[in-house]
Amino acid sequence: MSKFELNRRSLIKSGAAIGAGLALPTIFTSSARAYLNEPKGSTVTLGFNVPQTGPYAEEGLDELRAQELAVQHLNGEGDGGMINTFSSKALKGNGILGKKVQFVTGDTQTKSDAARASAKSMIEKDGAIMINGGSSSGVAVAVQGLCQEAGVIFMAGLTHANDTTGKDRKANGFRHFFNAYMSGAALAPVLAKEYGNERRAYHLTADYNWGWTQQESIQKATEALGWQTVENVLTPLASTDFSSYIAPVLNSGADVLVLNHYGGNMVNSLTNAIQFGLLDKMVDGKQFEIVVPLYSELMAAGAGANVRGVFGSMNWNWQLQDEGSKAFVKSFGEKYGRPPSNSAHTCYVQTLLYADACERAGTFDPCGVVEALEGFEFDGLGNGPTLYRAEDHQCFKDVLVMKGKENPTNEYDTLEIVEVTPVEQVTYPPNHPMFGGDEATLGTCNSGA
Amino acid sequence: MLGLSKKDTTFLLIVIILTLATPILLQPFPENSALAQFNAGYPDLMQRFAIFGIFAIGFNILFGLTGYLSFGHAAFLGVGSYSVVWMYKLLSYNVVPGLILAIVVSGLFALLIGYISLRRSGIYFSILTLAFAQMSFNLAYSVLTPLTNGETGLQVYLNDPQVLMDESSPTSPHFFGIVMNESVKLDVGGWLFTFSNGYYFCAIIAIIVFYLSMRIFRSPFGIMLRAIKTNQTRMNYTGLNPRPYTLAAFVISGMYAGLAGGLLAAMDPLAGAERMQWTASGEVVLMTILGGAGTLMGPVLGAGFIKYFENIFSKINDNILHTWFAALPDGIEDAIVFLIHPFIGKGWHLTLGLMFMLVVIFLPGGLIEGGSRIWNAVTGKNRRKKHDAEHHPKPAPHVS
Repeated sequence: MSKFELNRRSLIKSGAAIGAGLALPTIFTSSARAYLNEPKGSTVTLGFNVPQTGPYAEEGLDELRAQELAVQHLNGEGDGGMINTFSSKALKGNGILGKKVQFVTGDTQTKSDAARASAKSMIEKDGAIMINGGSSSGVAVAVQGLCQEAGVIFMAGLTHANDTTGKDRKANGFRHFFNAYMSGAALAPVLAKEYGNERRAYHLTADYNWGWTQQESIQKATEALGWQTVENVLTPLASTDFSSYIAPVLNSGADVLVLNHYGGNMVNSLTNAIQFGLLDKMVDGKQFEIVVPLYSELMAAGAGANVRGVFGSMNWNWQLQDEGSKAFVKSFGEKYGRPPSNSAHTCYVQTLLYADACERAGTFDPCGVVEALEGFEFDGLGNGPTLYRAEDHQCFKDVLVMKGKENPTNEYDTLEIVEVTPVEQVTYPPNHPMFGGDEATLGTCNSGA
Repeated sequence: MLGLSKKDTTFLLIVIILTLATPILLQPFPENSALAQFNAGYPDLMQRFAIFGIFAIGFNILFGLTGYLSFGHAAFLGVGSYSVVWMYKLLSYNVVPGLILAIVVSGLFALLIGYISLRRSGIYFSILTLAFAQMSFNLAYSVLTPLTNGETGLQVYLNDPQVLMDESSPTSPHFFGIVMNESVKLDVGGWLFTFSNGYYFCAIIAIIVFYLSMRIFRSPFGIMLRAIKTNQTRMNYTGLNPRPYTLAAFVISGMYAGLAGGLLAAMDPLAGAERMQWTASGEVVLMTILGGAGTLMGPVLGAGFIKYFENIFSKINDNILHTWFAALPDGIEDAIVFLIHPFIGKGWHLTLGLMFMLVVIFLPGGLIEGGSRIWNAVTGKNRRKKHDAEHHPKPAPHVS
């Protein structure tokens, strides 16, 4: 028979043990949620993941400015910007679903790894429920994949490769920015009109994913209009001097040079081409021309006078005169003393679109947000009537064809709008071969529960 | 125990305890305090500590022992990652086949690169390895895109074969059903501790490879390697051919790097080409030197230090600074924020660079030397002068 003795010491011991035993299940309950990072308090945290160092740091900085502005407007500070012109009136300027918006920032370094590490820390440490930003397609695809696995929403920033909403499309990822296919479809008719249908194009292409899709898109679009492609030369991404690539162009018989370069690459290759006097050449009685498919204000500023007369395309430009653009340029200009770039615009719009989708869905649950965004039609955000297509989470809207201004009046006035290409002309079926064909699928939304 | 001396056993036990308690140790501040910003106890960063710790331990076997400075170890890291992701794509999300393949492939790759590069020593060796790594990076970035998916990085797609997958298999990396990105959260009076499966997987592997490196350090083979570092010419004169030893060390450290790369992909199923870039190779050199080359624990500390800066300091922005100093008068607050601004956020490289300079100038033996100096100061051993012959060369003897 066992002896059951009760004394002070054993009572305290067993009391503590029982207490701990009872408390144990309750400690673990804190992890039981409906979905990942469900905001429990009075605030909601968004993660802004942009390149703050590396080749696209300038773009990243401008994106960050716009994101901060968007958060202010969402919280009812400032003049409200595009919330006032947005066709959906769900946003009240009291945060999102009544919760004050907070944000955390991170540095992607324009490297997939670093970007994923930074996004992960936002999700795991800071409890971010949405990640927005990025200035490179590789990074966007990588972070989009991460958000899909983790179960948060990814609102892509500047990413132009077809793959982001093509073969790498994900249910939790959304892109407002236009893509390489749209650039080609918008540019080609303008080029044919300006330069004629019998041109011979020489392509210099940055040797990585974005460069290839860009080159493929523009080649298809121009060849459909009768142009010939003389040659496509791939240039290493790290090149800074393109002289050796420019020299052969002169003897190739080509009369148009297409530079499928972006950022510092484009600034350098364009400068080299101008130095070689390509624009002053006549080939078979035709003036030699240069085309840069994807423009950005920051690149144009970097290339200075060299962009004069050079054609390219853009997602949005601060010179647009619709109500939305004017409101955005005004509040951005008042806060930072400069006009916003198109990467800033897309990040701002994406943040508002996310907030609006939460309001309309009545929840932060990623699956609810996905449902609210899919097939969403809106206006008043600077690009005219826009559709978030349900099949691939790509926005369809007008595309701008730009030209380097001949007589710039100030440092921000480097580009002029040549044409606003209507959305019908840049629309393609979701299973287009350049976008992964029939194999590409979004998968199912993941809420991380 | 386990073929270690008593002192080493104690050391290993301390390392094991520290590693296993990391999720608690790195979470010193309560969740809602202002200092929570400095907490590092979230799964992704802890995994990185362990993984880059493994990378640095392996690098140290080559650099710390033989003195051969390789600038190309990132190539093995990348090869390891690609191997694991390919195994996901072909077989299933179980990490074991991938990790084995990662070690084997990186070992073979190291054998090839080492066989060629080790014909030279010193700066020529460094340049050769750098060239190989940069070549691998460029191959992975563009030429080998069908194999590596180029700049975008290799990912698993829904339509990949994954022949071993069935309905019940987890759809993210797992170790026989233990899913890496699952974790148990423990909320103790304001402190939130996250015990992640992935971290413990990495931590256990880190402990095993740490033990292996300890055995290598203490073995006759390790002594041979040290002999190569001390005086290779003399070794040649005694009739010993150093090349098999250096090649073995190179392959071993390459396999460590491959394992680390594999683990990176085991935690996060993506392999990017940047992993092979020379900056990544430079990073492991920094980690090793910062922590203390040639010491057992130094490289791990260095790895933790650099990853901490990269992930914690880069996320402090002006808004956070303003909330910290909100109590001060506006003018002073702005002035302080202005002064600190260059060192945080995107300026984390600058802060890290300054720390690195300070360490190299004042603590040539790395953080380990700093630690032992503090220890000696506390225990009063500092009066016993120990001259560091390697880093403070003696003045040449006066010849009369």
